[in-house]
Amino acid sequence: MNISDKNLKNEERVSFALRALYSKYGYAQYKMSKFEEYDLYVRNKDFLISDGVITFTDTNGRLMALKPDVTLSIIKNCTEAEGTVQKMYYNENVYRVSGSTKSFREIMQVGLECIGDIDAYCISEVLLLAARSLMTISDEWVLDISHLGILNDVIDALCLDETAKREVIKCVGEKNLHEATRLCGDGEAADRIRALISTYGSVREVIPRLRDAGVSKAHIKELGDLTAALDMYGLSKNLRIDFSVVDDIKYYNGIVFKGYVHGVPTSVLSGGQYDNLMKRMGKKAGAIGFAVYLDLLEGLSSKSEKYDVDTLVIYDENEPAESVAQTVARISDTGASVVAQRRVPEKLRYKKLIKLSDGEVTVLEDNA
Amino acid sequence: MKTMLNVALPKGRLGEKVYDMFAKAGFECPSIKEESRKLIFENESAGVRYFWVKPSDVAIYVERGAADIGVAGKDILLEYSPDVYELFDLDIGKCRMAVAAPSDFRDNPEKTLKVATKFSNIAQRYYSSKGRDIDIIHLNGSIEIAPILGLSDVIVDIVETGTTLKENNLEVFETIVPISARLIANKSSFMFKSGQIEKIVNSMKDM
Repeated sequence: MNISDKNLKNEERVSFALRALYSKYGYAQYKMSKFEEYDLYVRNKDFLISDGVITFTDTNGRLMALKPDVTLSIIKNCTEAEGTVQKMYYNENVYRVSGSTKSFREIMQVGLECIGDIDAYCISEVLLLAARSLMTISDEWVLDISHLGILNDVIDALCLDETAKREVIKCVGEKNLHEATRLCGDGEAADRIRALISTYGSVREVIPRLRDAGVSKAHIKELGDLTAALDMYGLSKNLRIDFSVVDDIKYYNGIVFKGYVHGVPTSVLSGGQYDNLMKRMGKKAGAIGFAVYLDLLEGLSSKSEKYDVDTLVIYDENEPAESVAQTVARISDTGASVVAQRRVPEKLRYKKLIKLSDGEVTVLEDNA
Repeated sequence: MKTMLNVALPKGRLGEKVYDMFAKAGFECPSIKEESRKLIFENESAGVRYFWVKPSDVAIYVERGAADIGVAGKDILLEYSPDVYELFDLDIGKCRMAVAAPSDFRDNPEKTLKVATKFSNIAQRYYSSKGRDIDIIHLNGSIEIAPILGLSDVIVDIVETGTTLKENNLEVFETIVPISARLIANKSSFMFKSGQIEKIVNSMKDM
């Protein structure tokens, strides 16, 4: 059966396209159950985007949860083999408290994870796939890349206690220069924080400024090499380096990124390297991955159809079913959508109205 | 067609002051000064669209992307923690978030402190950072009368000059945080309209 783009909702089209894209790069689909033992989330509570988890007691008395997250389950079940990388993608529903409504929502999420001996190539491949995922969603997109190693170096130099550290990181995430100044005061380390907050933009603009801001050569080289790999595909104009992409350093390290498309008010893609989370879960391997939040794409296509149906057939109550079926089949064979009713439904918008009586077809209205 | 920059302004005196700052930055829209009940004003040649919204709603408009940027009080940002960029402290609309109580009030740490406020999250965070057990009484207005009627021991509210407090025999006991108006931006809009937004921020910095 042919399915045209017309029949698909935006998020469905993207979901199919992304799965095809990830398979092409050798990522295997990872299918999982909707439930997971609650214990897994308690141990890694801060990793979850929202606090709430829907729980229930299984028949054997174990406390289970409807998955609020996919990554933790993948890590739990991954096997480690030196020198190799496991590449997986998933398309799952997760259940979380939505930030704005403060109630549980089912969120369709597509994403991928790369677990194992992560090297520069793996990271650049994941970034490339993140960029391509955004291209699938919209022509106007931006991939914001940050390096938590750089941020960490600067924050450590400030010698702050944990609470103050968290507040400074929050300021970096908000591009909040005035508050950062209030917290950090003067001095070389404070200047470096301010430099990080005000440094963002295209790779070409940012890299030289990072040198001036005293960022370590190794980190600059890492960022430069990664973005150069993406440059090969002509993607650099949509890439930005921006340190306001901050994730919990308890779990994430190295490269982190967020993707935005024009018309959606929040990031639709989010990911990064999470070696620290792997360590916390007793794994030696490194890992990087990202997720695309498909539920956010619902509002993206604003074009609304003018008509609900192409043709509305009104038939007499005495009309034999066979005659109605024939008329409907004839119209639907032309490729038009058709609905047969005994009377005109309220508020139905149709292009053409046809009456069928005694096998005779009369056109009553034609709005085409 | 020029991409329009959508700006949510807080209704009232502060909003008018803020508009003047935007106009100076090159985003003029003279029709906004005309007497009318209209809420949306547009100047296509300058590429800007302003709308007046309730001050406490500005952050919602910006977070949800209906406005690209807006001006909101730090009190609202602290209370609702919207996921937005806080780009600039305008240094206007200055006041402070404070704990006030009748002048004869003595805090008794043996008892749960009853706190009346519009800003439940701010009050909760403040007292939990001090390890104080409190009972929050969320009110939507006339907070000052809560301690007088014995509804609460103290109030957490915005204090500008202190006149209202004084008239109700209350005085400030602690300042929680200073407040002023902040320029905020939607994170996604910032990616696609950073040129226009930066122009405004830089021009405000020079004012």
